[in-house]
Amino acid sequence: MPSWVPLVLLLVPVGICLALPFKRDLLDKVWLVLAAEAVFGIGVGTYLALFSVPPERDMGEVVRIFAAHVPQVQNALLAVVLNFGCSLWFLIRKSWVADSLAESSAEVGLYLGAVGTALGAIWAKPTWGVYWTWDPRLTSAAVMLIYYAGYLALRRFTDNPDTRATWSAALGTFGIVIPVTVYKSVVWMKSMHQVQSSPETVYPQLVTAFRFSAIGFLCLMIVFIYQRYRIAQEQLKREVAPPEALGAPQGAA
Amino acid sequence: MKNIVIAAVALVLAAGALGVIAFGKLGENLVYYWSPSQLLAQGDKAIGPTIRLGGVVAAGSIAWNANKTHLDFKVADGMLPTASFVTVSSNEIPPQMFREGIGVVVEGTYDKSGVFRTNRLMVNHSNKYRPPQEGQSQEEWQKSLLEEEPQATK
Repeated sequence: MPSWVPLVLLLVPVGICLALPFKRDLLDKVWLVLAAEAVFGIGVGTYLALFSVPPERDMGEVVRIFAAHVPQVQNALLAVVLNFGCSLWFLIRKSWVADSLAESSAEVGLYLGAVGTALGAIWAKPTWGVYWTWDPRLTSAAVMLIYYAGYLALRRFTDNPDTRATWSAALGTFGIVIPVTVYKSVVWMKSMHQVQSSPETVYPQLVTAFRFSAIGFLCLMIVFIYQRYRIAQEQLKREVAPPEALGAPQGAA
Repeated sequence: MKNIVIAAVALVLAAGALGVIAFGKLGENLVYYWSPSQLLAQGDKAIGPTIRLGGVVAAGSIAWNANKTHLDFKVADGMLPTASFVTVSSNEIPPQMFREGIGVVVEGTYDKSGVFRTNRLMVNHSNKYRPPQEGQSQEEWQKSLLEEEPQATK
């Protein structure tokens, strides 16, 4: 299969995200399509990586984990950049959509980043010889996980939605330092981790498997953020209006 | 209005922090490893403390002892025969990718006799991934890699 084939799948999530600003409730109807594409992309990518990609010359069989580690850390960075965008958006326009999206993307970014980093450690043991070393890439990734865990903790420090949104938006805006540093660390500093690969430096079978998996994880990330966003919006509604105002029966425990 | 000020302050702080990380002298104090020439340039200061040395395994320098429990090799700045190098003595079994011409980072101490003793030997992989080639033996393939620029020399 030529390695451009999986890129066709990119039309669905990108198209949906571009249409979202014009049709806010679009995902209510089509999130299941994205969920199905997530299962399909991750499924096909994993299958190809495990059974059809030939082992790498130096690394051997371990190279297969490429199709799981790289997509998850990439999408974690993407989620964290979305958190930055939404934080800034909240500070400028005081939009509660932005606040809920910022919370959701931080949580999903933390999840994908934690799994991706753990997969990286599993990959590092047979290739580098160690699970962990304090090189710039690994250290900045660890800082990212701690920072966004702290961001989510800060959101629970206060019950006032206004204060919570403003404090966390300040943290989220400054937070752009982190994904940029994680991404550029391998270029700016001497590190154990290799610099970014590109389709020119990776053999085509692996590129194909990777692309299926990466697009699948992109869809998964959007579905997770959407679902978490709905929970955040529900919570906001309850905080702004007391339960009685929402029609809950009086005195019901 | 207050929120706009918060946004502006956060953005300025972020830009400043990125500037320091990218262009500041941070790298000189927090360097992950020294290259052989950097280590040699330190003179007596390099002797004693635990440090990391990174470079390329020099061609033809790998020497195991008889029962393969101990390993000596040279870590060089690059693949040129004239590149500065440091002799490394390791009791650690290296990862499977270890070979001549590959990038390594070793953690240990440099002693007066000019030998770097390590118990932590790491091999790094470049961003190039290649499938096996038909009719080429592992040795031929590794030989063909010796002409390439390994990662650790950046």
